[in-house]
Amino acid sequence: MMLQTDIMAILPELILFFGAMGLLMVGVFNTSNLSRPISWGAIIILLVAATVVLFQPGQAYFAFNGALLMNDFTALMKAMTFIAVAGSLVLSHDFMHQEKIERFEYPVLVLLASCGMSIMISANDLIAVYMGLELQSLALYVVASINRDSVRSTEAGLKYFVLGALSSGMLLYGVSLIYGFSGTVNFQELASLGFTGNDIGLIFGMVFLMAGLAFKISAVPFHMWTPDVYEGAPTPVTAFLAVAPKLAAMALFMRAVITIFPQAQDAWQQIIIFMSLASMALGALAAIGQQSIKRLMAYSSIGHIGFALVGFAAIAGENSAEGVSGVIIYIIIYAIMTLGTFACILSMRRSQGMVENIDDLSGLSQTRPFMAFCLAVFMFSMAGIPPLAGFFGKFYVFRAAINAELYTLAVLGVLTSVIGAYYYLRIVKIMYLDAPDDEVNLPMPRNLSLLAGASTFLMLLFFIYPKPLVTVVDNAADAFLGVDVQPGYVHYQGTPK
Amino acid sequence: MEFNTAIGLGNYLTLAAILFTIGIFGIFLNRKNIIIILMSIELMLLAVNINLVAFSSFLGDIVGQVFALLVLTVAAGEAAIGLAILVVYFRNRGGIEVEDVSQMKG
Repeated sequence: MMLQTDIMAILPELILFFGAMGLLMVGVFNTSNLSRPISWGAIIILLVAATVVLFQPGQAYFAFNGALLMNDFTALMKAMTFIAVAGSLVLSHDFMHQEKIERFEYPVLVLLASCGMSIMISANDLIAVYMGLELQSLALYVVASINRDSVRSTEAGLKYFVLGALSSGMLLYGVSLIYGFSGTVNFQELASLGFTGNDIGLIFGMVFLMAGLAFKISAVPFHMWTPDVYEGAPTPVTAFLAVAPKLAAMALFMRAVITIFPQAQDAWQQIIIFMSLASMALGALAAIGQQSIKRLMAYSSIGHIGFALVGFAAIAGENSAEGVSGVIIYIIIYAIMTLGTFACILSMRRSQGMVENIDDLSGLSQTRPFMAFCLAVFMFSMAGIPPLAGFFGKFYVFRAAINAELYTLAVLGVLTSVIGAYYYLRIVKIMYLDAPDDEVNLPMPRNLSLLAGASTFLMLLFFIYPKPLVTVVDNAADAFLGVDVQPGYVHYQGTPK
Repeated sequence: MEFNTAIGLGNYLTLAAILFTIGIFGIFLNRKNIIIILMSIELMLLAVNINLVAFSSFLGDIVGQVFALLVLTVAAGEAAIGLAILVVYFRNRGGIEVEDVSQMKG
């Protein structure tokens, strides 16, 4: 009976896993190249998994003796991750076909990575954290070097592997210390120890754990792999890496830090504030001189993670819920906007092939007005200009920071956002004010223009009707903070002191 | 002369910390060969295993040993994938010197 409910609780993960295995079999036993149908199959499996997640019962459920947790927060993050992964697969078709790297392994690996992300989001003990993280990372290393005949792609994979393995090692060392100095790996039991930052062993463990997780969301000072991997990996893979793992790793980061150390807020808050400030500053400054748009997007994603961490730093006292919803809203809007931007980047095709320099966009408004319009909306949104959705993402995190009395952080955050606006607006200027060069962009493929259009629509009209998203996210934030409904577990009551 | 020969938890933790540090330095100071980086990663994971087993033994709690077994399997998978990526990289580049892994910069 118990086992049955547990299995129902991990149904989405099972769908992804068995789906991946099934598609792998289909791919292996067919001599003809079936990569396109397999990719569509993977998209359907992801959407089915997202639907199943959304129809699971809302109240918190601890599966497998507390190893995994299912509640509204995990459901929302999982559904968003699956949808983002499906979007990035839709983006990949034309590119993979053109570059002749259509391999059926790609959707299979992406499905396995999503299964890992799902476990990361649900993880409720340190063993599950490590398992989910590795399941995700091992698939991602291979995916980054999927174009195995290109030096750049394999080099990206190699760099990602070395630094990713280093970060997993640090995370694991932290986990071993936390386990050793507390005697348990379960999040709620760890929380019930009431660690307030006075135990040196646990402090070391916490710092190593946070360093390992910061690698995965590419927060400064653990960001150095990001630009190289984003530039070297094939563009659809970059789109995937920029969106889905960020959603999952951010969810895991919040759950790990806040659920395990509810009372050690003084200890972790300063780390988060430092990472947030450093990420925002680096994201704003280092992107200015970039020529490659993929590298620019890498620095931009570092900056956006910095803004999301502003909300994270504000998860304190009675305003905790505001901070949590700020982070979730920011990261969701970031995901939609980034997918749309990559749809435009993937449409930068000329007769001789793909181009990825910012100068290649010059005069785009005259040759491809729709694409230029979409990209301009995304750039304005990323810069945080009202009334686009990106502005509201920033608004929610900064409001949470102000209410948590983190005034310096908020002011510096707004300043870096202004500096960052420079390079976003430069792209708009190049598209709308510069003269087009001789080579003309090919028309956008249908898939990409649909995705870019839908994403633009959401960015433009979010401000008219933000209520559905805000309600869902507030619900998730309450679930995140109030994981104290299950009998038999010792729980922390909502807000830390 | 009397020597204290009992090996305590502290000794194990020190050993693990030293091995872990050697692993990290091996990644960053090594200028020659990527294989050495893979060895360093392995060393870090094994240091963690020493930690886990020592804690498990001293706490009288089996979870640490279960965790160590999981880490061993994952480390094997990680090494396999690392070597596979290294092989495709070698085919494209014709060498595995650390200094050569610098197509992309900035």
